[in-house]
Amino acid sequence: MKPTDVHNPNYYHKVVDCQWACPAHTNVPEYIRLIAQGRYTDAYMLNRESNVFPAILGRTCDRPCEPACRRGRLDGKPVAICRLKRVAADLRDDISDRLPKIPSKKNGKRVALIGAGPASLTVANDLMPLGYEVVMFEKYDKPGGLMRTNIPAFRLPEAVLMDEINQILNMGVDIRYNTPIESMKALLAENFDAIFVGTGAPRGKELELPGRHDTNRIHIGIDWLESIAFGHTDSVGEKVLIIGVGNTSMDCCRSSCRLGGKDIKVMARRPRGFFKASPWELEDAEEENVEILVNHAPLRFVIENGKLIGMDFERLEWDKGAKKSTTIDTIFLPADDVILAIGQENSFPWIERDIGIEFDKWDMPTVDEKTMQCTREGIFFGGDAAWGPKNIIWAAEHGHQAAISIHNYCQGVPVTERLPQGTNLISQKMGLSEWSYHNDYNPAARQKMRHVDLVERFKRMNIEVELGFSAEQTAREVQRCLNCDIETDFTAARCIECDACIDVCPVQCLTIARDGEEDDLRKRLSAPAINLTQDLYVSAPLPQTARIMAKDEDLCVHCGLCAERCPTAAWDMQKFELLIPYAGRPVNIESCVLA
Amino acid sequence: MPSIAKPIATHPSLQRNELGLTIRDYEGAMSTLCAGCGHDSITAAIVRAFWELSTQPHMIAKLSGIGCSSKTPAYFVNGAHGFNSAHGRMPPIATGANAANRELTYIGVSGDGDSLSIGLGHMCHAIRRNLRMVYIIENNGVYGLTKGQFSASADVGSKSKKGEANRMAPIDPVMLGLSIGATFIARSFSGDKEQLVPILKAAVAHRGFALVDVISPCVTFNDHEGSTKSYLYTRQHELKATETDFVAPASEILAHIGQNGAVSVTMHDGSVLRFKGVPENYDPTDRSKVQTYLEEHQGKGEVVTGLLFVDETMPDLHEMNETVDVALTKVPYEKLCPGVEALDRFQEDFR
Repeated sequence: MKPTDVHNPNYYHKVVDCQWACPAHTNVPEYIRLIAQGRYTDAYMLNRESNVFPAILGRTCDRPCEPACRRGRLDGKPVAICRLKRVAADLRDDISDRLPKIPSKKNGKRVALIGAGPASLTVANDLMPLGYEVVMFEKYDKPGGLMRTNIPAFRLPEAVLMDEINQILNMGVDIRYNTPIESMKALLAENFDAIFVGTGAPRGKELELPGRHDTNRIHIGIDWLESIAFGHTDSVGEKVLIIGVGNTSMDCCRSSCRLGGKDIKVMARRPRGFFKASPWELEDAEEENVEILVNHAPLRFVIENGKLIGMDFERLEWDKGAKKSTTIDTIFLPADDVILAIGQENSFPWIERDIGIEFDKWDMPTVDEKTMQCTREGIFFGGDAAWGPKNIIWAAEHGHQAAISIHNYCQGVPVTERLPQGTNLISQKMGLSEWSYHNDYNPAARQKMRHVDLVERFKRMNIEVELGFSAEQTAREVQRCLNCDIETDFTAARCIECDACIDVCPVQCLTIARDGEEDDLRKRLSAPAINLTQDLYVSAPLPQTARIMAKDEDLCVHCGLCAERCPTAAWDMQKFELLIPYAGRPVNIESCVLA
Repeated sequence: MPSIAKPIATHPSLQRNELGLTIRDYEGAMSTLCAGCGHDSITAAIVRAFWELSTQPHMIAKLSGIGCSSKTPAYFVNGAHGFNSAHGRMPPIATGANAANRELTYIGVSGDGDSLSIGLGHMCHAIRRNLRMVYIIENNGVYGLTKGQFSASADVGSKSKKGEANRMAPIDPVMLGLSIGATFIARSFSGDKEQLVPILKAAVAHRGFALVDVISPCVTFNDHEGSTKSYLYTRQHELKATETDFVAPASEILAHIGQNGAVSVTMHDGSVLRFKGVPENYDPTDRSKVQTYLEEHQGKGEVVTGLLFVDETMPDLHEMNETVDVALTKVPYEKLCPGVEALDRFQEDFR
């Protein structure tokens, strides 16, 4: 195999599974270490750099990092990365003096952001410090977009939401509430230097079945959540049926619990294991005694004397892969209200189709994946508005990339000119057997989030259910992190092939072997390297026998024992730092430290 | 020494042996030897050999004397019995232990200082008695624990770390063993577990004294240019005379032994040593041929390795002395200690 080039930022980045999986590439291990040291404000600021909304995301993130976490492959449960983020946010000090300074002299460029959700807010966050004049148009009288309207207050308190939004708005964003943009053409006429569309995916999917429009007790999930968020809805019938098992459905059923619902059923077409909802959201809903009924396909709404009395369902039997179903029978389930939570989609009735913005056959704008620019120069899309429903962390990343594009565009630089990432690799050796990080493996189990008790929490809509980690829980959970960013770095020229590293490795990830093709080599290692998503780290030929050192990155616990037992420092533990460029802040590649 | 104990995290695909134990179950405490010490690799080879043999940890007795090598029994098979004796006195302690309980597997770990200087006499007599044990000499040519003076195995001309050459002739444990009747003689290299592990397994199966001399470089005091016991020198001068498979009892392969002129030796317990490759005119069961071969090649400066000689016909200590078949702990007390009258009668016989 070709020797691994660790100076390519992607190689070690991929080893940091959480950071690689995070759309915004948040430096997770570093912020967890900062929390371990009690440096909550530093941890918060490190988060804010990449994901902009640590307190919000610490409660609501879709956590792509956690399924990716190496710890999960070792003991079955990933580090509670998301909730540790919340710890940093909850315990931080005032950060006002750490936020970027906004120049009083503007650079003369005006940018319009449509929507005040996470994508637009991120664009504003990145452009305000560069001297842009940012005008944000919001159709409601409050900011936040779907973070406000679709995430119930018992998961995300208003104060937390507003605090992080205000960090950005207070930079001097010209926010115009109650100002829906009804025509792109009209906006273009206002001669902004660039326009960013961050309007989300605001239309809930319909379920056109008999009886759908014969009652006012059938609600579209996201619209219903929105009307709760704005106080227009404050009650629901005792019997509630929620159609669909996504995360919106979980928010709908749990909201029903707080608005008077007593018998709440979530109706799933397919069996368990095929639900769209995140496992932890399902868990939280079931804790609240919501019943999830599988293999039920909606057939018709049943209306009697103009009043919704329930729904008919077909009961299904599925084949093994839940691809084909056969109907067993039909049953009736009574309901006072039915909430449809079967997905959401984009809708751009306000963008004229003759102004150079191309739409595809699904009526979605054609947006470039790197630049976020649509087919008309100077107009950028991000968040759910770009490619349909994703999540907040993706919106933040889209915002960062769009901000880079907008900055390029406004400065006359091609938007395709993307800023390269950089990397620092710095030895963590502090003494003969001493490292700058806590290298011992801690066998502690994942800490369980504490919740407000089941009676108390239903008293009001806005009682936050999760209490956050206690100091003791935090102390334990931070030690579960394997410090995957402290990399085992190998210098072949120094190796004397004494086998010390191989003998001491607790998870058998090292092998000195004859070189070969990857497929062949993977079979000849100390332990078979069967996880093909994880790379093999392969050295140059070793000086004494011309064999190679191979490391299967899959299960390394980053304990540093290979480096401690290495007599020649061929192995070293080096901290990998990914340097991420942001608008107006490129990475100075020359100053990267590569050990 | 390492900052932490070896993490308990394990590879999920870790295999289990016949006893249901993983290789991690055969480990010991963390080594406090210098990083890169050959001894640690030998420890790892011992761990692997016992795990592959599915030896019950509590049926192993590990013994040692004094020196870097003699610290290593602490680093393997935590569940075994152990005795860390005085300098050079491991063989007599092992003899006593074996005399009392012949059912355990004895493994002694010694060094070139412990065995070839202060303990030389004891080792020789244990060899002569054909005491059933695995006797490992972790051979690095220096007294590492006292900062690198030449040991009795240092070659003439080999240089110390400061650059002085050794002028005294070395004691070669392999040649010594051959000359005083050792029944199992092997030499290996700590940096070659593919060779060492099968040798150790065969040594455990051998029904007498199994002498395993392992070149084990001292990274701190004897791994420099000019040393003849360094990793580099050993790799450059190693001559693998034999290649051996250890075939456990009841394995199917037995049928094909003996083809292509290869030699096979059936061990006492039914396992088979299969010599896959031996040089022409080399017979690992012929003491004088082995001696001639070694003299010829070692004279050229080559480090000859492999399972060099084996003799399964010689009786061991217990057979020679016609002792009881079981451990003394299993002999009923009345029989083991039949009382004053029985002793008197016994002594009468000698009057």
